[in-house]
Amino acid sequence: MTSPVHGSGGSHAAGTRIDDAQATASPRTGAPVLEVDDLHVEFRSRGPVVNAVNGVSYSIAPGETMAILGESGCGKSVSAQAIMGILDVPPAHITGAIRFEGRDMLQMGAEEQRKIRGPGVSMIFQDALSALNPVYSVGDQIGEMFRAHQGASKKEARDRAVELMDRVRIPAARQRVDDYPHQFSGGMRQRVMIAMALALDPKVLIADEPTTALDVTVQAQVMDLLKDLQRDTGMGLILITHDLGVVNEVADRVAVMYAGKVVETGSIDDVFTRPAHPYTRGLMSSIPVLDGKGQRLNPIVGAPPSLARIPAGCSFHPRCPMARRGDGGRPDCAGDVPPLREVAAGRRAACHYSEELLHG
Amino acid sequence: MADTQTRPERRTSEARRRWEGSGEPLLQIRGLAKHFPLQQGIVFKKTVGHVRAVDGVDLTVDRAETVGLVGESGCGKSTVSKLLVALERPTAGEIVYKGEDVSQMRGSALKDYRREVQMIFQDPYSSLNPRMTAGDIVAEGWAVHPDVAPRKGRDKRIRDLLDRVGLNADYANRYPHQFSGGQRQRIGIARALAMSPELIVCDEPVSALDVSVQAQVMNLLEDLQKDLGLSYLFIAHDLSVVRHISHRVSVMYLGRIVETGTDADVYGHPSHPYTQALLSSVPVHEPALRGKGDRILLSGDVPSPANPPSGCRFRTRCWKAQDVCAEEDPQLRDRGQGHPSACHFAEDHQVVPTTDDLPG
Repeated sequence: MTSPVHGSGGSHAAGTRIDDAQATASPRTGAPVLEVDDLHVEFRSRGPVVNAVNGVSYSIAPGETMAILGESGCGKSVSAQAIMGILDVPPAHITGAIRFEGRDMLQMGAEEQRKIRGPGVSMIFQDALSALNPVYSVGDQIGEMFRAHQGASKKEARDRAVELMDRVRIPAARQRVDDYPHQFSGGMRQRVMIAMALALDPKVLIADEPTTALDVTVQAQVMDLLKDLQRDTGMGLILITHDLGVVNEVADRVAVMYAGKVVETGSIDDVFTRPAHPYTRGLMSSIPVLDGKGQRLNPIVGAPPSLARIPAGCSFHPRCPMARRGDGGRPDCAGDVPPLREVAAGRRAACHYSEELLHG
Repeated sequence: MADTQTRPERRTSEARRRWEGSGEPLLQIRGLAKHFPLQQGIVFKKTVGHVRAVDGVDLTVDRAETVGLVGESGCGKSTVSKLLVALERPTAGEIVYKGEDVSQMRGSALKDYRREVQMIFQDPYSSLNPRMTAGDIVAEGWAVHPDVAPRKGRDKRIRDLLDRVGLNADYANRYPHQFSGGQRQRIGIARALAMSPELIVCDEPVSALDVSVQAQVMNLLEDLQKDLGLSYLFIAHDLSVVRHISHRVSVMYLGRIVETGTDADVYGHPSHPYTQALLSSVPVHEPALRGKGDRILLSGDVPSPANPPSGCRFRTRCWKAQDVCAEEDPQLRDRGQGHPSACHFAEDHQVVPTTDDLPG
């Protein structure tokens, strides 16, 4: 990312920070509401240090949907958990900056952070059954947001919970407000969690694999709901997923992560039609298509590295076909860490040979 | 690898001899049903109803053929797989393997059947014993079926099998936790191959794997089929994966098959409303195809299999439902659309957008 602006305070005018990817890709340009800047997360406990996130930067503007795409263990969820402040410190060790409306959340006290969580940034999780408390009714859990943050009365909280359940299209909300999580189906539970997350009209919603546990017809319902809610509220949406289809259908921009780093960012159309990083290209050729038999799949060799033993140089080089080109491979892939740099208008990639991929 | 394909033929029954000349499919399932009793009471158990997990399924699998079975969670596809490997006894209907009804098999006949029909499981973590080495896991079946592998050459055979599934043969002494998810799934495949099977029931074999690794395992399954002439019943919820690997596909809903045909029939010309809704819900990967398909959003959830709707089971969520749907159970047959479909109003309606439809 370009030089970070420190100490700009609450007023964060557009233009102080140039982000071309966003300027060209999204029509809803505005000052970013949330910026993650050079975020590092390490886990230090017994055994080797696990470098889950190694210098991740991205930003999100109001009304924009940004997808974070990656396979298991690439650090995509940990980076989101760092934003929400739900990592245990220690063993986690977080450095870098997470700016919400220009103010660095990592420099704030716990009480100040708590005021942002909910009305500022909120999060929904993959597994709604384990994210909801089984011994409280869903009405209690949704209403708790109003009681904790706004000091609402019990009755008021319950009424507003019903309203929210209506808004996330749970049928017969008034009859179901006193039901417990186990009495709902998977799709309905996910809606309950969405209702909780939206209770205080957050500026940014982080959705961590929101539809992975759901069947495809229910997934379509939930994604539709999220898109409609985003249109109504103008919130920024960070969608963390491994599903390329979901990314293509709902996101404006994408950041592809590998081994704790962002390896490519850009608009969906650019990244999906002409990937600038060999990993992104490998992902594209690994997926079978629905609209035809297709050829034999062309998978990436090997498996993602352990975050405790990330390869030197480009972390993708042991699996990369580009790194093996030429006589005896390319030494710079194993030797130098490729920076995330601009490779075309509005696109960044962390590969020494992006140009070769794009034009070669 | 001719070595791995020695199929001991100890016993040939009358029925099997007749089957060999007849040209009939390897496996025929007719009217298969499994009802699980719902019980109430602690001391005196009283059956209060039945969960009709599988309720009248017809299916055939030929030699060297892959038949895909798709459906959402709770449709009964995994129960079909358990019935097939004789882990459950059917309530009604028959499974005819090489001309013999499996429910009539006893003793050595059943033992042979269990060797010839193997299974690969979804979760590569829980389906391998953590206290056994990879080599022991692969070889364990030979304790029950010693005639598959002569005692003398077993170590070599284990190495051959590991090599065949793309694992380093020197890893035979490692334990499951030392392997990645994709490698573990390969051990599971080697374990199935060790029995020199004819048919492998694959129950969601790639669902737990990352996309790049998923493609490796799918390619392996295709190679093994080509080299060894294996038949697969491939059960999965991912429609793209099923299309990629299957020759024929059956779609299940609430314990029944609603549509069946070649992959081109079912995906290119879906005629059952459920198949259409299912296919239209799958997010497409190509930016150019985004929003091009005919999106059908289903309302509500799948009804309980303990109390399925009368007549057509899909009618409660179907936009085409008429009075006849509640009264008459639609048979799975061709109503002029070219392949069997269980809908009174079956009609070819293309929902998957293809690149052919794009201008230019």
